[in-house]
Amino acid sequence: MSEENKLSEGYRQEAQELLVQVEESILDIEENPDDLEAVNRLFRAMHTIKGSGAMFGFDDIAAFTHHVESAMDKVREGLVPITKTLINLVLSSRDHIKLMLDSPDGIGPEKKKNGEAIIAALRELIPDDLPPKEEEMEFSVSPQPDEPKSNLLNTSYRIRFKPNENIFTTGMDPVLLLDELGGLGDCRISARTDNLPELDNFDPERLYVAWDITLTTTAGINAIKDVFIFVEDDCEISISVIQEHGSTELEGSLPKLGDILVDRGDITRKTITKALDRQKRIGEVLIEEGDVSKEKINSALKEQQALRTVQQSTASSSVRVPSDRLDQLINLVGELVITQASLTQVATDIDHPDLAGPVEDIQRLTGELRDNVLNIRMMPIGATFSKFRRLVRDLSSELGKEINLTTSGAETEMDKTILERLDDPLVHLIRNCIDHGIETADVREKNGKIAAGSIFLSAVHIGTNVMITIQDDGAGLNVENILKKAREKGLVSENDDLSDKEIFKLIFAPGFSTAQTVTSVSGRGVGMDVVKRTIDMLRGTIEVDSCPGKGTIITLKLPLTLAIINGLLVTIGQDFFVLPLMSVQECVEMDRKEKEKAKGRNILNVRGEIVPYIRLRDHFGINDTAADLEHMVIADVHSKRIGFVVDNVIGSHQTVIKTLGPLFTNINDISGATILGDGTVALILDTNVLLEKVDQRINY
Amino acid sequence: MSVPGITQTSQYLSFILDQETYALDITQVREVLDFTKITKVPRMPDFIKGVINLRGGVVPVVDLRLKFGMSQAEKTVDTCIIIIEINIQETQTLLGIMADSVQEVMDMEPDQIEPAPKIGTRLKTGFIKGMGKKNDEFIIILDSDKVFSTDELTIVQEVETNVGPVQA
Repeated sequence: MSEENKLSEGYRQEAQELLVQVEESILDIEENPDDLEAVNRLFRAMHTIKGSGAMFGFDDIAAFTHHVESAMDKVREGLVPITKTLINLVLSSRDHIKLMLDSPDGIGPEKKKNGEAIIAALRELIPDDLPPKEEEMEFSVSPQPDEPKSNLLNTSYRIRFKPNENIFTTGMDPVLLLDELGGLGDCRISARTDNLPELDNFDPERLYVAWDITLTTTAGINAIKDVFIFVEDDCEISISVIQEHGSTELEGSLPKLGDILVDRGDITRKTITKALDRQKRIGEVLIEEGDVSKEKINSALKEQQALRTVQQSTASSSVRVPSDRLDQLINLVGELVITQASLTQVATDIDHPDLAGPVEDIQRLTGELRDNVLNIRMMPIGATFSKFRRLVRDLSSELGKEINLTTSGAETEMDKTILERLDDPLVHLIRNCIDHGIETADVREKNGKIAAGSIFLSAVHIGTNVMITIQDDGAGLNVENILKKAREKGLVSENDDLSDKEIFKLIFAPGFSTAQTVTSVSGRGVGMDVVKRTIDMLRGTIEVDSCPGKGTIITLKLPLTLAIINGLLVTIGQDFFVLPLMSVQECVEMDRKEKEKAKGRNILNVRGEIVPYIRLRDHFGINDTAADLEHMVIADVHSKRIGFVVDNVIGSHQTVIKTLGPLFTNINDISGATILGDGTVALILDTNVLLEKVDQRINY
Repeated sequence: MSVPGITQTSQYLSFILDQETYALDITQVREVLDFTKITKVPRMPDFIKGVINLRGGVVPVVDLRLKFGMSQAEKTVDTCIIIIEINIQETQTLLGIMADSVQEVMDMEPDQIEPAPKIGTRLKTGFIKGMGKKNDEFIIILDSDKVFSTDELTIVQEVETNVGPVQA
């Protein structure tokens, strides 16, 4: 990848993330139109998309975003009310920007027209030549009592700007930034030159100067921050309000001398503390004098605190790493874990006291290393959840239903690969909830429910699994309909007596759909079986529970990561196999007598319950003679109890999964391999596929 | 007469299978291992011996003797596994080859290599890139892309489905 490509790829990724922010912010605004912070977030995201877009040569994106940005600017200043039309427009412009990002070769003329239409609509809603409000506000001293910190007040800020010494190498010119500040209002700039080195040491490519700026402007602190938006990461910037003109409470109060001095670095904090110790605190003095209320001081302190946290949060920066490098790291750590296991084995054999300590340390360290490395791939599920807000919003308005989506457990972390593959199934399940589950408002009211339906999406950690539930308060599954349909399709025979749970399971059968009409949203009958298959592939389970008239709960249980499996290690003859522990329920012994009692049928009586079983020895054609006493691992596969007969059960085993490679693509009942402590390779069995294969053999 | 496609002096790794000398282009060979324990993968054709642990990776091993229709050999101290890199279905994969013993790495000039004879060898001529001549001895240079091509793999898979007890 050339340097240029890398840059634009970086921009693309950044912009995609910003678009997610845009979507989140606009949906926040829709819920709560007074959320100024969300408006600011939205504006800033658009600003960055535009700014970096122009920088990396995405001129069309920059041009388009410019219109949206200026519209948002007007919204931010409170000149334009937030309406449904505006929100829809912002959402469609977000989609348009995404489209432009995803098509590097440029978009077709039709799509271009689309973009122009969005701009035109925005223009109509928000004329460019809207008279800026601040002009009429500039000389107004009349305070707005409810909003002492309104952006529209004429306020003095102290800005201390200390650029990184290397700023010239990034192509930034700080003078331009200062000019831009000057454009905002009355601006006094003084340069701090105390860092200037002697001429001998002077490097003309470095910047030694810092600036103190006193700016009086109506533009608001955000406008100032926007000036520094591209340099804020590697420059020291502090912006503080010196005085809010027109705010009665502070009118006439002295500027805080001590703070100014400390801030300016003319005296140290220590000196001022000493002085302050002798004196009373500035705040206390002010309170005593009655100049400021105690609340005011507290709020000032809070504001300071807020600024500090903002600064801290920008300081904890992140690094973007291609995921294949991570995969490589995980592979290496996997090898390390395996090597460590064999080292431990050797150390146990040698049994030397000097060896025991370091070996134990290495065991602990590799364990920690493995956990940490696997954690890198972990991502909170929240990003996935927030995508569904848009989905629910768009679909429910398309179908004329009112639906609220609530989520919990957004911070629950899962492996990135699983999260990515989980997207489609979840979209499908939620679509189903909206389309088939939740009734229209009048039907709901007739049934005595509140008009607005609700969908509740939650994620929790349970042991080494994550449980995701999707709960709606809709009509619930219609048992009769499902059964009728299943009989029509020949999935069950007329006489089959099925429990509700078994009937619900039928909706995952291929080609099954109970919707009377096919809509654009769902109901083509291809969905649920695909959902099921995807979840199976991720080694998870899916369960449905439903109560007529009350709603449906769909529960997904998924492993935290695909790289490691909790398995049960068993042997057959000389070979080792691993069964996924997630589905194992119990192990029982099985001696020859019992086998003979079953008269060749593969069923066993376990405490009065009939359990069908698969003899893995026969299934895999392993031809040495079996021991008299065999073991049966009983697992829950598709909610059926199935026994897997093996020679010996060794115990639980946490293993790093290795794929078998393209040579073995046709062996699908073995999902992978793992390496044991002594270096032997053990094969990991896929119980779902094993059962399917045996089922097929019985049926045909 | 030289072989088209072989224009440069190349290095080859020679090894013995059933008393005959074979060779592989050294650029495809990654390493040579002592024989280690092979874990059999059930219901695969005989010539796929199973998988081994190569420093934490799982690598399939093929017994070329069985692949080429020779009898299975007893394991000796000389038995070893040659790890090569091949392309299966567009992905670069490691594959182990069992050999009776490994001989040497040798240079061969293009004029030392002749095209494969149409008859007289025990294996498909397609598998042979050329016949190298050294010290009055013929060395069969294998075309590993052909021996382990996707076509050969489909044979592998057909065998697998025929052998497998389950017919879908």
